[in-house]
Amino acid sequence: MSKRVLFYSALIIFMIIAPYVFPAFKTQLATIWLMIIVAMTWDMTGGQMGYNSLGNITFYGTGMYVAAIVTIGMVYDVGEYTNAFGGKIYEFTDGQYFTGLIIGCLAAGLVCSVTAVIIGYITFGLRGPYFAIGTLGVAIAAGELVSNWDWVGGGQGIALPIYPGDYDVGKDVFYFLFAGTGVVLFLFSKWLYSTRFGAAINAIRDDEEKAEAMGIHTLQYKLATWAIAAFFVGVAGGISAFQLIHFEPLESAYQTINLGIFMVVCVLLGGKGTLWGPVVGAILFHVFKEVTWNYLLGWQWVALGVLIVVTVVYFQGGVVGWLMQKRPEWFGVRRAADDTSVDEAS
Amino acid sequence: MEQFLANFGLLIEFPIVNLKIILDGVMIGALFALAAYGLALVWGVMNVKNLAQGDFVIAGGYVCWWLVEFGLPPLLGVPIAFIVMAGVGWVIYLLIIRPILDRDLFTTLLATFGLAIIMAQLLNLMFGSDTQTVDLGYDTLYFMDGFIDVPIAKLMGVLMAATLALGVIIFMKYSRMGQAIRATAQDARAARVMGINTDRVYAFTWSLNAAICGAAGAIIVMVWVIQPFYGITHSVRSFVIVTAAGLGNLPGVIAAGLGIGALEQYGAHIFGIGYQQAIAVILLLLVLIYRLVQQRRVRQSLQ
Repeated sequence: MSKRVLFYSALIIFMIIAPYVFPAFKTQLATIWLMIIVAMTWDMTGGQMGYNSLGNITFYGTGMYVAAIVTIGMVYDVGEYTNAFGGKIYEFTDGQYFTGLIIGCLAAGLVCSVTAVIIGYITFGLRGPYFAIGTLGVAIAAGELVSNWDWVGGGQGIALPIYPGDYDVGKDVFYFLFAGTGVVLFLFSKWLYSTRFGAAINAIRDDEEKAEAMGIHTLQYKLATWAIAAFFVGVAGGISAFQLIHFEPLESAYQTINLGIFMVVCVLLGGKGTLWGPVVGAILFHVFKEVTWNYLLGWQWVALGVLIVVTVVYFQGGVVGWLMQKRPEWFGVRRAADDTSVDEAS
Repeated sequence: MEQFLANFGLLIEFPIVNLKIILDGVMIGALFALAAYGLALVWGVMNVKNLAQGDFVIAGGYVCWWLVEFGLPPLLGVPIAFIVMAGVGWVIYLLIIRPILDRDLFTTLLATFGLAIIMAQLLNLMFGSDTQTVDLGYDTLYFMDGFIDVPIAKLMGVLMAATLALGVIIFMKYSRMGQAIRATAQDARAARVMGINTDRVYAFTWSLNAAICGAAGAIIVMVWVIQPFYGITHSVRSFVIVTAAGLGNLPGVIAAGLGIGALEQYGAHIFGIGYQQAIAVILLLLVLIYRLVQQRRVRQSLQ
C-alpha cells in the first residue's frame, strides 16, 4: 500500500517539476504527453476491445479543426478569416483566446465523440482486418476532403492566434494542459477497466459471438468505447492546434502515416491491452523517434519503419507484456509458490 | 460545386468524351488489375493482407527507370524488374513474412505497413522524390477527328500486362508449383499431408506476387509516372479491386480493375485531379459498406 502511494506521488511530483528541471525540453515533454494520450485511447479499442483501428487520427484532425473553427467563429467569420490568410491581421483579446481554448477543446472532444458514433455505426460491422482498412480509409478520405474544403482554408490550413502572454509561460500552459488531460485519461481508464464496462469490452475482444450470446449489446459497447476514446483524442487535437498555432490538413492534422501509425506502434511497443503499456510505449517510442531524428537525419523514416516491423514481428508482447511474463507478481498475479502480501498495482 | 456540374454537363453534351475517359481508364486499369491479382494470390494462399503491394509496384518501376538511365532498352526492363523483385520478395519473405504467418491478421497488416514505409523511404533516399517516367518514343494514334488519342505506348502496356497475366494463369493451372499453390490455398493442412512443402509454396507465392507487382510497375513507369510515395495509392487500389471482386475470382479481378480505372478517370474529370487519392479511398469505403450490407442480408436469411 505505502509502496503504491510512494510510486504514484513520485510520478506526480516528477510530472509537475519536469518542465522546470528540463526547460529546454518543454515542447518535447508536452509531445510525450500527447503520445501517451493517443496511445491510451488507441489501446481502449485496440487492446481492450480487440478492434484495431488505423483511423483514430481522424479524431485528432477533426479535433484540431473544430477547436480552431470554434475559437475563430466566436469572434470573426471563419470563411473571411481563412481567405485573408496573412493578408489582414485579426486581433484576439486575452479573454477571447482563453474562452476559445477551453470551449474549443471541449467542443472538439464532443464533436469527435459524435463523429465516432456515426463512423462506428457504419464500420463496426466490419470485422478484423476490414475494420482496420476501413478506418484507415476514413482517415485518408477525411484528410483529402478537408484539404479541398476552402471554407476552412483548404490545403493551406488555418493559423490560430499566438498565446497572448509570455512565450515560455505559454509552453508551460500547453504542457500542463496535455499532462492534465493525460492524467484524467489515465485515472478514467483505470477506473473504467475495473468496472462491468471494462469486463464487457474485454469479452468482446475475446469472443464477440459469445459475448453477444451472453446478452451484451456489443454494438452499444463498441460505440461507447470508441466515443470515449474519440473524446480524449479530440481534446488532445484541440490543444495541439493551439500549441502548433498553424496547421494544415495532410501533414499535421490528418497525419495518417505519422501519428496515426505511431500511436499503434507505441501501444505494441509498450504492451497491448495493459494499462501501463501505452504509457511506457509512448515514452520509449518518442525518445527513439527524437534520437533518430537528431542523429540519423535522412534515415529517420527507415529507422522508424524498421522499429515498426521489428516490434510487430519479433516483439509483440511489448515491454509490459514481457515484464508480465518475467515478473507476474508486480502485476498482482499470484504465483503458486509465494502468495504472501500481493500488491495490486497493475 | 458549379465547376463539378459544368464538368458533368460536358459528359452529356459530348458523349465522345465518355469514350475517351473510359478508354484511358481501361488502359490504366489493366495494370491495376495485375497488381490486384498478386494481392489476391497472397491473400488467398497465405492469408496475408499486403499493404506494401503498391510499394512493390513502385520499386519495380524504379528498377526499370534505373536501367533505362543506364541506356538499356525500356522493354527489357519489364522482365528484369520481374526477376529483381522476385529476389527482393524472397528476402522480405524470410525476414518479415514467415515469422508472422500464423499470427492474427492485424499483425500482418501492420508489419506490411512498416515494410511499406521502409520501401518508400529507401526509394526516396536512392532516387529522390521527383516523379519519373520512361519515354518509349512511340507515336500516338488519333481517332474520331483527333477527339480520341491512344498512345501506342499505352497499348503496348496493356498488351504486356495481358501477356504477363496469361503467363501467370497458365503457370498456375498447369505447372507442378502452380498446382501446389492452389492446393495450399484450398487447405494448407491437407496439402502438407499430401507431401507439399507449404513453406516453400508460401515463399514462392510471395516472391511471385512481388515479381508480378514489379513487372506491373515497370509497365506503369512507361505509360504513366511513378514517385516513391505513390505506393500507398496503388495499395489502396489493389484492396478496392480484391475486396470488390472477392478472392479466387480472376474474371472479377480483371473486371474490377478495369472498372476502377474508368471510375477514377471519371472522378478526376468531374472533381479535378486533386481528388484522385480521395476517390480511390472513397471507392474502398463504398465497396466495404456494400460488402457489409451483403453480409447482413446473409446473416438475416440464416436466422
